[in-house]
Amino acid sequence: MSIVFQKPKFLTDAPTHYCPGCSHGIVHRLVAEALEAVGAEGHVVGVAPVGCAVFAYNYFNCDMQEAAHGRAPAVATGIKYTNPDNIVFAYQGDGDLASIGLAEIVHAAARGVNITVIFINNAIYGMTGGQMAPTTLLGQKATTCIYGRDAMLNGNPIKVSEMLATLDGPSYVERVSVADVPNIKKAKKAIEKAFRNQAEGKGFSFVEVLCACPTNWHMTPLQAVEYVKGDMTKIFPLGVFKEV
Amino acid sequence: MAEKKLMKGNEAIAEAAIRGGCRFYAGYPITPQNEIPEYMSWRLNEVGGHFVQAESEIAAINMVYGSAGAGGRAMTSSSSPGISLKQEGISYICGAELPCVIVNMVRSGPGLGGIQPAQCDYFQAVKGGGHGDYRMLVYAPNSVQECVNLMYDAYDKAEKYRLPVMMLGDGMLGQIMEAVELPPMKDPKTFPKKPWATTGEGIGKTRRIINSLYIVPDELEAMNKKLQKVYDEMAANETMVEEYKLDDAEIVLTAYGTVGRIVKSSVDLLREKGIKAGLIRPITVYPFPKDAFKRVGEMPCVKEIVAVELSTGQYIEDVKLYTECRKPVKFYGRSGGNVMSPEDVVDFVLKEVK
Amino acid sequence: MERLIVAGFGGQGVLSLGQIIAYASMYENKNVTWLPSYGPEMRGGTANCSVVVDDNPIASPVIATPDTLIAMNKPSLDKFVDKVKSGGLVLVNSSLISEKVKRDDVTVVYVDANAVAHKVGNDKASNLVVLGAYIKYSNLFPKEVMLSTIEKVFAAKPKFIESNKACFMAGYEH
Repeated sequence: MSIVFQKPKFLTDAPTHYCPGCSHGIVHRLVAEALEAVGAEGHVVGVAPVGCAVFAYNYFNCDMQEAAHGRAPAVATGIKYTNPDNIVFAYQGDGDLASIGLAEIVHAAARGVNITVIFINNAIYGMTGGQMAPTTLLGQKATTCIYGRDAMLNGNPIKVSEMLATLDGPSYVERVSVADVPNIKKAKKAIEKAFRNQAEGKGFSFVEVLCACPTNWHMTPLQAVEYVKGDMTKIFPLGVFKEV
Repeated sequence: MAEKKLMKGNEAIAEAAIRGGCRFYAGYPITPQNEIPEYMSWRLNEVGGHFVQAESEIAAINMVYGSAGAGGRAMTSSSSPGISLKQEGISYICGAELPCVIVNMVRSGPGLGGIQPAQCDYFQAVKGGGHGDYRMLVYAPNSVQECVNLMYDAYDKAEKYRLPVMMLGDGMLGQIMEAVELPPMKDPKTFPKKPWATTGEGIGKTRRIINSLYIVPDELEAMNKKLQKVYDEMAANETMVEEYKLDDAEIVLTAYGTVGRIVKSSVDLLREKGIKAGLIRPITVYPFPKDAFKRVGEMPCVKEIVAVELSTGQYIEDVKLYTECRKPVKFYGRSGGNVMSPEDVVDFVLKEVK
Repeated sequence: MERLIVAGFGGQGVLSLGQIIAYASMYENKNVTWLPSYGPEMRGGTANCSVVVDDNPIASPVIATPDTLIAMNKPSLDKFVDKVKSGGLVLVNSSLISEKVKRDDVTVVYVDANAVAHKVGNDKASNLVVLGAYIKYSNLFPKEVMLSTIEKVFAAKPKFIESNKACFMAGYEH
């Protein structure tokens, strides 16, 4: 009998607290698989954000640090410079990375610090109950823009990958989605590459992952993945923005 | 005798940090402590450490969090407005029980304030400037040599109790030059192991988590009690105080840091005038030298106490608290970056103290 | 104990003048504190430093009544001259200060420091000219101590050593 499916060794047995249809579980798995693929065992430290993934330290089966809101790239920088041989990654959501922590991500990228950042963009604040995120689409409803995001009132969504790609520091910036199987396969490749780059000393690598949040979008999981594939991908086009 | 070197307080504290094991520094420029990052930027390189000029004080303290969590001896420094920005990180560092060193070369406030010396961050330093129930070991050195001596062992203390050590100076202490004897470089190989640090090997049962999140109230309360126990133990072991001509003192002057030094001259000037003056100077402002101050409160010869500080009255509250209000405590302070001279304090005593 | 305030424009070398005295004190195994003014004052405005030299450990580095004032420009003279203790010493850079000190309870030495420095051929070293005069009148240290201190302090800039020493001696023999 052959094994056809197995939990990656970089995930713990802890059941996650994520909602049905949430993409975090998929991305956790992709990160764990990538860590295994690059042979990170025995030399890896992850950094969890504040937001829905705040408990990521319970799910990733490696040494973990929980960072203050938005500061994961700074924490990861401190870890990396202290033990440069470790694979160090930060796993952050859109409120954490693109709002309160924008300075930290931009400067970690500009510095080119040799870490891997996985950016979960689901266009909403999940943990606090569905408030507008810096990546919320125009017209998208949230609890702090109940009639839909209005550029005049609420400003415009921030395209982080495009912005970071303008910097000289990063070695790799790609946006992927996990809305269906073909995209998940591409996301897997991108995330693995982001970790391989680090293992090879290429410098700062960044993967933005478009994710679904059915609970706060008030959609079924199926509607939510369609929303990612449709409206969200239109505003946040997929692809490689920078590769050195 | 070791060779003496003429150094600014800021430079000396940086060199002593490195000799005490510091191998990671992150900071953001702010006057009057810029010599610390400037010195660290080339010196850490020489000893195989890392210097980062961070994008903000917030980023800097969180880099220190990461480094300390990964088992490094990490440091940041700033001055008052920058230390305010670091408070979030300091609270997390205390919550996650991470040893590190934070230097505050205090300038006058509030707000952007001024860049001249002050002691107006006393409450922030000793009562917990960030959110939550936490304390730090707070040293208030009065000279460049005392900076060096306290800094040199600060990481050992920080690691013993797993908390941050704050070096609470002021603009004067950062800028003043004095001849110092520098201790030898500590060998990092001799530092105690940190089984709790995220050094990358952890997997399954061996993995380490650096965290300050406790969602279950009972777990967080247990954590709070554990921290309090640590602070009690620290108070029992680490409290430091200097007493000067106190035995027969009728007027007791008290001050910490550089002001403690200015006031020492005032004691001598008063003695020359036939007034029995003495000095009590906390070297740790947290833990506060409670017992020594209680004794001063109980000394029959003591008629009055004068708290001298570069603020509008913060330190005096602890003086009153720990002398248990047994003796009248008068206040003499300057603020805004003005610094009193020994003669100013003498004039105050002659005018205001009976 | 010697309590000295050195004051002048930023760029006149007042802080380094104080530092040279601090180094000499250290080499002579004295206790010393050198406390500078700092901040925006450093650039264009007035700068000063307080230097305390003592055989005993130094308590206050803050000086209310200096034993000596070295005033390199007029604002500095105006600011500090009344604070000098009775019987003290005031060195005035007469190149930039035309007026005379009105006090008669202090020793006043006028040094045409810029002109002397120019004559020696090192325009930037007017501070060393005044340092020479200060050492002569204060007897703080023998001149040999100062000359060897200048050699050590300027070891990284050897081409300035001889002209700096010459400026010092010109002030000393003033």
